[in-house]
Amino acid sequence: MKSSALAPAPLIKLRSISKTFGDRKVLDNLDLDLNDGEFVTLLGPSGCGKTTVLRMIAGFEDPDSGSITLEGGVLHDMPAHERPVNTVFQSYALFPHMNVYDNVAFGLRMEKVAKAEIHERVREALEMVQLAHLSDRRPDQLSGGQQQRVAIARAVVKRPRVLLLDEPLSALDYKLRKQMQNELKRLQRRLGITFVFVTHDQEEALSMSDRVVVMREGGIEQIGTPREVYESPNTLFVARFVGEINQLAAQIIRPLPAGRIEIQVLDKRLELSSHGREYAGGEAVQVLLRPEDMRLKLVDATEGFPARVIERNYKGMTLDTVLELDSGQQMLASEFFDEDDPDFDYRLGERVRVSWVPDWEIILPDDEAPARPVSPASTGAGA
Amino acid sequence: MSLVRNPFKTATLTIIWGWLILLVLAPTLLVVLVSLMPESTGQLNFSDLSPAVLWQGFLSNYGQLISPVYIGVFGHSLWIGLITTVICLVLGYPFAWMISRASPRLQPLLLLLVIIPFWTNSLIRIYALRTLIATRGLLNDVLMSLGLIDAPLRLLYTEEAVIVGLVYMLLPFMILPLYAVFEQLSRATLEAARDLGANGAASFRHIVLPLTMPGIIAGVLLVFLPAMGMFYVSDLLGGSRHPLIGNIIKGQFLEANNWSFGSAISVMLTMIMAFLLLAYYRSVKLFKREATL
Repeated sequence: MKSSALAPAPLIKLRSISKTFGDRKVLDNLDLDLNDGEFVTLLGPSGCGKTTVLRMIAGFEDPDSGSITLEGGVLHDMPAHERPVNTVFQSYALFPHMNVYDNVAFGLRMEKVAKAEIHERVREALEMVQLAHLSDRRPDQLSGGQQQRVAIARAVVKRPRVLLLDEPLSALDYKLRKQMQNELKRLQRRLGITFVFVTHDQEEALSMSDRVVVMREGGIEQIGTPREVYESPNTLFVARFVGEINQLAAQIIRPLPAGRIEIQVLDKRLELSSHGREYAGGEAVQVLLRPEDMRLKLVDATEGFPARVIERNYKGMTLDTVLELDSGQQMLASEFFDEDDPDFDYRLGERVRVSWVPDWEIILPDDEAPARPVSPASTGAGA
Repeated sequence: MSLVRNPFKTATLTIIWGWLILLVLAPTLLVVLVSLMPESTGQLNFSDLSPAVLWQGFLSNYGQLISPVYIGVFGHSLWIGLITTVICLVLGYPFAWMISRASPRLQPLLLLLVIIPFWTNSLIRIYALRTLIATRGLLNDVLMSLGLIDAPLRLLYTEEAVIVGLVYMLLPFMILPLYAVFEQLSRATLEAARDLGANGAASFRHIVLPLTMPGIIAGVLLVFLPAMGMFYVSDLLGGSRHPLIGNIIKGQFLEANNWSFGSAISVMLTMIMAFLLLAYYRSVKLFKREATL
C-alpha cells in the first residue's frame, strides 16, 4: 500500500521558501521534500528556522515567497483548519476546560464525524497511548508525560497525512524522554504517517529519524540518514553540531595517485585517503575526528601525536579522556571500557600518544579559514 | 527558619482575618440586622432585638418592597444595569482581547489608558460629561457649527445619558478582568484549535468563550451591581425622573432617614445578584451534564 523505501514518493514539497520577521531573514530560499511515510527530523540550533518550516506546513505562518504542495495540490494558501496535517505542540496546548476524552474528540467533532465513530476512534487513540483509563481526567490532573500522550492522541485521531511534532519531548525528564522516543518511533511505524519532528537535540534526531535535515540560519546544511549526517558531514557546521568532534587544522601538500593525499597535520606529514574529493596543493582543510575513533597509546609508541592527559571522565560504558596536544589544542577521546587492556588506565598528567583509526577521519575544506586573521609568515596548519 | 517565618505568618493571617471580620463581615451583618429592625426615624434602637421584634421589622421593611413603586424601580434598575453591562461587555471584550495581543511595548500603554480615568474623582468626571452633553454644551455647539443640526439636541437628563455615564464609569471594571483571562489564553491553545479543524467561529465558541468565561462573570459582577447603585450618575445625568435602586437607598438613608428600609432594599439587591449567580452556575452544570451525554 505504502510506497517502498526504494522509491519514496515526495508527499510534501517546499520550494524556494523565504520568510522574514521584521528585519530578520528566518528562511532563505529553502527547498525540501518530505516523503510519504518517513520519519524526518529538522535539526538545528535555536533560531535556525526549523520551527518556522513546521509552522508553515501547519498553516500558522505564510511564506513570503515560494510554494508548499501536498501531492501536487497547493497547500500554502489553504487555511490551517482545512489542512490534512496535525501538530503536537511543544507546550502540548491541551484545552484546559475539557477532559482527556473531549480533548481527543475535539478534532473529530469539528469534522462532524458521527457520534458512534467518534467514540470508537477516541477510544482507539487513547488505548494506543495507554490512557483509556484516564479519559475523564482534566489536563491539569495529568503528569507531563501523560499530557504529552494526550496531545499525540489528539493529533493522530484525525488520521492526518503528516504529523508535525514541535520539540514535543523537550519538557520531559531524561528517562521519560527516552521512553517517549521509542513510543513515537513505534507509533510512526504502526500508523505509516509521515512524521516531521523538530528538535535541537542531535542525539534525539539520530536515534529516531529515517532522515535528518540539518538546518542553519534559515537554510539546509545537509539532508541524509542519521548515519550519513554523523559519519559523512558535508560541512564543518554539521560535523560540529551532530555529535562531539575533534578538529585539527591542516593543509593539503599534494594529491597522490590512487585517491590518496599528502597532508600536513600539526608537525607531521601524513598520507591519508582523499575520501573521493579533489584537492589542490596548499588548500586549507580541517581534519575531523569523532572521539570514539581516537586511540591512545603509551608515550613510547611511534605513531600519533604527543599529548598530555588532563581529564578523565568515567561514563559507565565509555571512558572519556581530555587530552592536550603539545600545540595547546584540546581533544576528546572516548574509549569503550576494557579492564583487560593494560594501556587503558592513564593517570592525569601522563604523557601519551594519540592517533586515530586510519580512514575514519573526515576531511573538509576549511570554509571558515578566510574569517580568521591571516598571518603571511605561517602556513597556518603546522604552526 | 520557622522562628522567623512563624511570627510573619501569624501577623499576616491576623491582619487578613481582622480585616475580613471588621470591614467585610461586621458591616454586612449590621446591614442585614438593621434591615430586620422596625422603622425608627433618627435613632436605631439596639436595646430590643427579640425574634418577635425582628420578625415585625422584617414584615414591615420587606413588605414595603412589594409595592408597585419599588418593583418598578427594581425592574427599571435591572434593565438599566443589564443594558450597561451588555454595552460594557460588547465594548470591553474585543478591547481586552486587543490589549492582550498587542506588542509587549504597547501593552502597558493601553492598560494605562484604561486606568487613567481612575486618577480623577468620578464625580468630577461626571460633571465633565455634563458640560459635554448639556443643551448648550460642547457637543451641541460643535454639531451646530458644523451645520449638522439646527437646534441643540436634548442629550442631558435622558435615560441614554445615564447609560453613557454608567458605561463610562464602569468600562474599566469590565476590561481589566477580561484582560486577565485573555492573558492566560495562550497562542498555542488557539493554534491547536485551528490545527484540529476549528474555523474562527468554532474556535471562539468552543475554546475562547469557555476559557474567558471566568473573566466575563467577574466583569459582569463588577459592572452590573454598581450600575444599579450609582445614584450620582443618574442624579446628575438623568435628573430624578427615573431613579435607580441606588437613588432610593440613598434617599432612605440621607433624606427619609429610614435606615431599616434602606438596608432592606440593599439586602434585596444583593440577594438578586446572588440568585442570578446561582442560576448561572446551575445552568452551566446542567449544560455540561447534557454535553457529556
